[in-house]
Amino acid sequence: MNQIAPSTPDVLLLVGNPNVGKTSLFNCLTGARARVGNYPGITVDRRSGRASARLTDGSTRELELVDVPGTYSLAARSHEEQITLAAVLGMDSEARPSVLVAVVDAGQLSRCLYLVAQLIELRLPLIVALNMADEAGRAAPEPAALERLLGVPVVTTNGQTGLGGQELLRRAAELVLSPPQLPLFHVPYPEALRRDLDRVVEALPSAWRSNVERDRALALWALSSLDEHDELVDIPVELRSRVTRVLASGRDIDLEISASRYGAIDALLARLELGDAEQRLLVTERLDRVLLHPVSGFVAFLLAMLVVFQTLFAWADPAISLIEWAVGSLQQFLVEVLPRGIFTDLVVEGVVLGVGNVIVFLPQILLLFFFIGLLEDSGYMARIAYLMDRIMRALGLHGRAFVPLLSGFACAVPAILATRTLERKRDKLLTMMVVPLMTCSARLPVYTLIIGALFPVASLFGLPTQGLLMVGMYVFSLVISFLAAWVLGRTAIRGRAVPLILELPPYRRPRLGPTVRMMREKAGQFLSEAGTVILAATIVLWALLSFPRQAENVTHDCPPSQVAETAASPARTASPACPAATTSGQSARLDNSYGARLGKTLEPALAPLGFDWKIATGIIGAFAAREVFISTLALVYGIGEVDDEALPLRDRIRRERRADGQPVYTPLVGLSLMIFFALACQCMSTLAVVKRETNGYKWPAFLFVYMTALAYACSFIVYQGGSLLGF
Amino acid sequence: MTLLELKIGQLGRVEEVSGERSFRRRLLELGLVPGTEVRVLRVAPLGDPLELAARGCRLSIRRKEAAEIRVTPVGPS
Repeated sequence: MNQIAPSTPDVLLLVGNPNVGKTSLFNCLTGARARVGNYPGITVDRRSGRASARLTDGSTRELELVDVPGTYSLAARSHEEQITLAAVLGMDSEARPSVLVAVVDAGQLSRCLYLVAQLIELRLPLIVALNMADEAGRAAPEPAALERLLGVPVVTTNGQTGLGGQELLRRAAELVLSPPQLPLFHVPYPEALRRDLDRVVEALPSAWRSNVERDRALALWALSSLDEHDELVDIPVELRSRVTRVLASGRDIDLEISASRYGAIDALLARLELGDAEQRLLVTERLDRVLLHPVSGFVAFLLAMLVVFQTLFAWADPAISLIEWAVGSLQQFLVEVLPRGIFTDLVVEGVVLGVGNVIVFLPQILLLFFFIGLLEDSGYMARIAYLMDRIMRALGLHGRAFVPLLSGFACAVPAILATRTLERKRDKLLTMMVVPLMTCSARLPVYTLIIGALFPVASLFGLPTQGLLMVGMYVFSLVISFLAAWVLGRTAIRGRAVPLILELPPYRRPRLGPTVRMMREKAGQFLSEAGTVILAATIVLWALLSFPRQAENVTHDCPPSQVAETAASPARTASPACPAATTSGQSARLDNSYGARLGKTLEPALAPLGFDWKIATGIIGAFAAREVFISTLALVYGIGEVDDEALPLRDRIRRERRADGQPVYTPLVGLSLMIFFALACQCMSTLAVVKRETNGYKWPAFLFVYMTALAYACSFIVYQGGSLLGF
Repeated sequence: MTLLELKIGQLGRVEEVSGERSFRRRLLELGLVPGTEVRVLRVAPLGDPLELAARGCRLSIRRKEAAEIRVTPVGPS
């Protein structure tokens, strides 16, 4: 290093169409030194990283690279799409880029040049990275020939091997040091349109104005982006009204703009005399004949989804158990070494458990994003969307929503994170609001307990009733989620139906590196953003279930006489006598806690569903995670350790009686309880990720209220209806 | 005729794209401007959407929107 790196390095912005290998190139240039954040106000990933360019004189120059989300055009409809223009121009707190790098797919030049044409019109220092030339074969142009015709530097790059990366950085750095020459590529717009542009330029805010060319380019952007339906932000009223007036002229301005650009692009391509672009799609075409075939395509699809689902469901389990075991061991260790008291309880039952509650999601998040990475990278994700679109359309969703919805059957948390693969905000929201209705794996222990305890081992038409009930719960949740999607899509999350346009990229060999990188990024984002909320909520819940404290509960002497007044007294005689000392201490504490008081307060409201205050307390505890219902219930009944089968608890709840001697848990109460668990948003982690993904409290609040109301209504109907019918 | 009426595998040339503005603009941006050659490659197993080949790339749109794209057949079917 013979030069001190400047404190603010030059910003290099990577812009390009989706599926052109832009992110691979970014990873390749920045190495492992990337940071992922969000653009302010919206949940669109903003990736940045450092790289250093080695100049011809031997000196080096530090560059800051920013990876802009892939786009086909600068024209925007939504705030999310608008960030491309903001990033390119350095608006909205974004640093103004020193150089734009347009990453293009050498095999799909015409479509990629559409975006390049817009960047050229903005007259910003620009360099073209000609990517995937090896894949394009004879359809790829000579970089020098393309450079001559565009009047913009062109460098051949390969995001997989890293080829051309240093040259790209060097030439980009040279562009910073010496101002670029004027580009040669030029779109001849019709005379009438040029006059319209001048009228729009007059209405541009002064902050946007610079030179004549850029002003016109911004006027073109405004003409193709603004209308009464757009969701763009910070657009001056005057500009809007001017655009409306120009668009009202009756001419087809959208067509004039795109046809002029493609006219110029086609003329340029004709001079390059490229080979047939279809040639490179031969392998893709052959694969698609099988993978999109009505029969073999569906078989392949089902197999692929089976692997994804089975993995999320079963393979994550050992890792989850290991985390739970580690958290449990750490808790036990801390209880032994730390002095007894409120501080220890806070650490053990609040902080340690809370951290455990966060990291327990990591196996499933990592696995899901492992598959999403492979599916996206290989090109198969777009095929899933293609195959499933007809079904998802019935829900008012796009085919791409299929994978998040399927993942919801394992766990809503990674599934909600996966909604980022959806392009439209409305589709993301609708999917997020429906995913938590899917029967996630945390509901299973609750169903198992209830079915095992309250429904006899019998058979119906030769099938075991217990198994049928379990399947029935899955079918029930599917039906309700379809109905919910249908209703929500027409009420709370109404959005204009946007037609599907799906690109089916060529199949490519998926690579582990970028996938692992994405897994790491997603896990990091989850830990830092949703994790803090989950941790805080665990502590709040701990406080709710352990305060107010009674001094005597801290003592751990064997027969805790003080708890005798509690309603759970039969439990202690039933449970193994002495090892349950701490348990009954906790049990007593729980009985007097705010949580239990809340349960008692809620009892009248929950009585029509067949629930008593103990069940209500269990439901409050289950807010940490559904399966916590079992351990909370065990505490309420003063039962010690509950194993996987929860056998002592099963016996206990079977024997639980109301004041009039009737059993509390009838099969009807069990059914009502399962339906409540199927539908209620009993999961703070889900709410935390929804808060994080929607950037506010509105949607998690909505989710909680609508699901709880739905759960209440359905359980009410089942319990009251069943009671009337004499069950 | 519309894109929907084109036989599978038959080549057509785009005459006119209509429909809702943002959808139409996106199709135009992807290069389905008048004069561009387009082919319907296949229909998804559930009957919708269609897969198209145009400008060396593969696109998928639904039947409803394919009916908004007017084409003239090129060459033998």
